[in-house]
Amino acid sequence: MESVTVVSGLTVFVLALFAGAELISKVPQTLHTPLMSGSNAISGIAILGALIAAGHSGSADSVSIIGLLAVVFATINVIGGYMVTQRMLQMFKKKKSKVQR
Amino acid sequence: MISPNVINLVYLLSVVFFMLGIKKLSSPATARFGNKISMAGMGAAMAATMASPDISSFKFIILGFLFGGAVGAVSAAKVAMTSMPEMVALFNGCGGAASALVALAEYQATAGTFSSFAFVTLLLSIIIGSLTFTGSLIAFGKLQGIVSGRPIVFPGQQVINGLLLAATLVLAVVLFNNQADTTLFYGVLALSLVLGVLAVIPIGGADMPVIVSLLNSYSGVAVSMTGFALKNNALIIVGSLVGASGLFLTKIMCVAMNRSLANVLFGAFGAVAETGGEQEGPGGSIRGYEVEDVATVLENAESLIIVPGYGMAAAQAQHITKELADHLADEGVEVRYAIHSVAGRMPGHMNVLLAEADVPYDQLFAMEEINEDFAKTDAVLVIGANDVVNPAAKTNPQSPIYGMPVLDVEEAGTVIVLKRSMNVGFAGIENELFYRDNTMMLFGDAKHSLQALLAAFKE
Repeated sequence: MESVTVVSGLTVFVLALFAGAELISKVPQTLHTPLMSGSNAISGIAILGALIAAGHSGSADSVSIIGLLAVVFATINVIGGYMVTQRMLQMFKKKKSKVQR
Repeated sequence: MISPNVINLVYLLSVVFFMLGIKKLSSPATARFGNKISMAGMGAAMAATMASPDISSFKFIILGFLFGGAVGAVSAAKVAMTSMPEMVALFNGCGGAASALVALAEYQATAGTFSSFAFVTLLLSIIIGSLTFTGSLIAFGKLQGIVSGRPIVFPGQQVINGLLLAATLVLAVVLFNNQADTTLFYGVLALSLVLGVLAVIPIGGADMPVIVSLLNSYSGVAVSMTGFALKNNALIIVGSLVGASGLFLTKIMCVAMNRSLANVLFGAFGAVAETGGEQEGPGGSIRGYEVEDVATVLENAESLIIVPGYGMAAAQAQHITKELADHLADEGVEVRYAIHSVAGRMPGHMNVLLAEADVPYDQLFAMEEINEDFAKTDAVLVIGANDVVNPAAKTNPQSPIYGMPVLDVEEAGTVIVLKRSMNVGFAGIENELFYRDNTMMLFGDAKHSLQALLAAFKE
């Protein structure tokens, strides 16, 4: 996973902050709760590091065990987060056009 | 096995998908699709990682997936919408724990070989991830009522917190020069866990929306730090996105309450009453009305704005509110909802509850959009909201909530307030709104009152 030097890593970090700020400012108040749970779900991306740790060897050494725990927590975060976001978004409906009396 | 370049390209794709997902969140019409795009991005990143040459065994991975997946799915499927804030806090804590654990694993695997920059970010990841974890647990407890909603303060608390923070940083610096000292490393971890608890305990339950947003941001920062330590672009970028998102929401909350973040974190709100001095009670009297009188006012109104607050959530009254609103709409009343940014226990909490009750989202308005319309509205129905409709925020410089933007409900023809009792709201102050001539109080549980109103309409 050696894909980045310090400077390029920092560059990417800063650019992502700006992009993030822009995107997020367009989310209306009505959707702030799904935004919270949705952004929480993607923070589960730490699962990638957890997978490497848990899968680094077949033996139950300290790295594998810690990795296993990390996978558990990260999976709860990802699965739980996306499902809860989906549940909320499903409820937002526009007014169905009714026959005016 | 695929090459690292392919993996990184897939990561790039995933990041694009995550950003598209957030972009689609700009409207309820496209938001559902956005969530699916985001899920696809996560899936792709995970698949690419699992095809990495760094992985030699899947047994622990599968075990972790099964257990974590079960817990995540079951809790997500069963949680009630009114408990959504605490659930998000809990999941967020899991994310913090995951980042810290990944950093720990990395440390165990390769201690002593980190570059200075990588080690600093590793330490930051452990510290921030750990305190996010325990802080979120406390936030969960406060929102659930397991931990007291009152600020938990004790003498010398600020000093102790300060010392603990200093100790953590000192240990971290020592550790920096002795990378392989595992005891020190676990020491930093333990101290961070404690810090998380101590930082959140003194904050009142009603400030939890700010705290949950802030912790959300922290978990993003922790992920970024892990990304720097592991040299993984996907983690760095996603961490930034989440960090920015959480900070943005936190800022909105603070502006909406007209309190600085520092005040929220360290203010222990009760202390404000000491400096405010004796407050004059508002002159005048509070009138409790009968259901029939209130029903008459509502039926004769041509326009109505409903202002929901935490009381509506607590009484689970969102469905009956919609029924009442529908009845009035059928009678020709124009019904809209005014949602203050800090109503409820989470940003957008009221919106989610009303959406659950099938209220179309185009009837929901933010404070800025609707505040001028109160003067042109016949009736306002305040359901379990208190501080957000207190005119003292505009008129009384002695009031602890002075300066906080509030809904101008008193400008309307008649204001009906549904309230359980005369107990004061979180701010611990009287609400001048209740004493005004054009205010009608209807005491009782919100759900019961609304049901009684509906019954009165049908007679």
